[in-house]
Amino acid sequence: MKRELPLLMTAVIGIFMILSFFVPHHLVGVPADYLQQCAVIVVAFGYVLGGANALRVNLEGIARRQPDWPYKLVLVVSLIATVVIGLADGRRWQEPGTASMFLYDRLYSPMQGTMFSLLAFFIASAAFRAFRIRTVEAGLLAAAALIVMLGRVPVGDALTSWLPESIRMSAFQEWIMNIPQNAAKRAILMGAAMGVMATGLRVILGIERSYLGGGD
Amino acid sequence: MRAAMFATMALLLCVALTCGGGAVSAQTGSPEQAPPPAPAPPSGLIYADVANDAGNAITLSWRKSPDDSLGLGLVKGYVLERGTSPVGPWVTVDSLVAATSEYVDQDIDRNTPYFYRISAYGPGGTTPALANAGPAIGRETWFNTTRSSVLAFVVVFFLLVLYYMSLAQTGRKPFMRRLAGIDAIEEAIGRATEMGRPVLYVPGIQDIDEMQTVAGLVILESVARLTAKYETPIRVPVAYPIPFTIAQEMVKSGYLNAGRPEAYDPDSVSFVSPEQFAYVAKLSGIMLRDRPAAHIFMGSFFAESLLLAETGYSTGAIQVAGTANVHQLPFFVVACDYTLIGEELYAASAYLSGEPRLVSGLKAADMLKILLILLILTGCVLESMGITALTTWMETQ
Repeated sequence: MKRELPLLMTAVIGIFMILSFFVPHHLVGVPADYLQQCAVIVVAFGYVLGGANALRVNLEGIARRQPDWPYKLVLVVSLIATVVIGLADGRRWQEPGTASMFLYDRLYSPMQGTMFSLLAFFIASAAFRAFRIRTVEAGLLAAAALIVMLGRVPVGDALTSWLPESIRMSAFQEWIMNIPQNAAKRAILMGAAMGVMATGLRVILGIERSYLGGGD
Repeated sequence: MRAAMFATMALLLCVALTCGGGAVSAQTGSPEQAPPPAPAPPSGLIYADVANDAGNAITLSWRKSPDDSLGLGLVKGYVLERGTSPVGPWVTVDSLVAATSEYVDQDIDRNTPYFYRISAYGPGGTTPALANAGPAIGRETWFNTTRSSVLAFVVVFFLLVLYYMSLAQTGRKPFMRRLAGIDAIEEAIGRATEMGRPVLYVPGIQDIDEMQTVAGLVILESVARLTAKYETPIRVPVAYPIPFTIAQEMVKSGYLNAGRPEAYDPDSVSFVSPEQFAYVAKLSGIMLRDRPAAHIFMGSFFAESLLLAETGYSTGAIQVAGTANVHQLPFFVVACDYTLIGEELYAASAYLSGEPRLVSGLKAADMLKILLILLILTGCVLESMGITALTTWMETQ
């Protein structure tokens, strides 16, 4: 019963949600909206569970003086402080001048920006490896990348200004982006859409049931 | 005599000033200008029920006020009002800018008659509409006909899956080509075992409503089975709470299916944060401090894909990634040893399990792809001949 009931619920609700895509009538649409709202509530409870897990795992690490315990301490203190400050600010927490907004503007946003800015350096190092021409495919990739990069800045057209406009660097890069690149991208997207349908169907029909865990 | 002359000159001066002032006034215009006229009203308000919906929308269109032309400035906009009877009371639906002649009211109750009126307003005032329109009734429908093509494909796909499943149950296992990326997962876990280091599994950065997350979690069960078999620890940091609880079940299931339930560590799956870069910070910390020998990224990724893959590359770990987010695929291809592209991510769980019923789903997807390719080719030919019926049928709303 522990396995049959969730499987039955998954099948019934899954088929009902597929039905709601095709049937706009309120007898289907209203329960479908209600089910989606239920999902939001379940997710809210999930956050309590997740927060509890984060606290438990990190507090245990601090207690056992694991090698990275100072980081865990920072995490636990930050987590508790953010929750306490958010509760103290109450419904005003998003208003300017509150402690919550101070945390957001002066700590959270700069830290996010710092992490994101690392991407620039990682792109440079990854591109360096990607453009090493070792095979024919890598050579094609490097040539296409060079044309696209040059074609998107004025120097590309300046270098090919002696050519007719339709075969200058900018026109060529546009062709690469619109024709071969788009064709490959759409093929991947169509394949992925089939995969989504297949995976969804496997879960709805109960063929894929590993998410229920191993117990009976 | 002199006094008389002064008196005459003074009189003439006064007359001149008075007349001159009058002339100046006439040239510069009066400070109290006459207000511009009120704009002429819009006309021809018509309504239509929006088709294929739940009966909560009405389309309205009208002929603009004759004064609503660029440069005149007589019309600033229109006010659309709604009532449940032809005499009101009227409720403002929306205030619309000049030159608007169409609006969809999406805030009505189904099967309720409504009356509409429209007024033009401008610097000269508001001109009420000459006539109301109504009763407009939003009717709900049982089937959205614009989605009939999707329904046809879903039905065909379901039938194909059921057909191939029935074939699988008779013992005919469908052929499946080898996927190097998935084969590499076992190799990566084997290497981690040799080095005595853990395996890091990342099921993407989106919630359970994203199918890639579901696919990533399904693959996790097979990966956990392998780590249990090789007695190698696995670490699964998860970004959202619901995938976190499912990931716990998946890992537990993997250990149970491998016959080593006692080796399951509940702390192997941990909740981190749904915040993208907080999640990256945690994962980078794990990669650099714990030095897992294998990193497996399976799911939906965004800007963090390269941050994770490049950090992982710098540690020398063997990396296998899989995602259907096309914009992140190049990053994974560059920074990882193996990459599952698009549909391979969804095929991975069936491939790893080897269960015929799961593989039959892949076969059905392949058949549907062949059908789609034929339809695309047919559509190209028909469009070239000026026949648009097929493309019109496949358009959805």
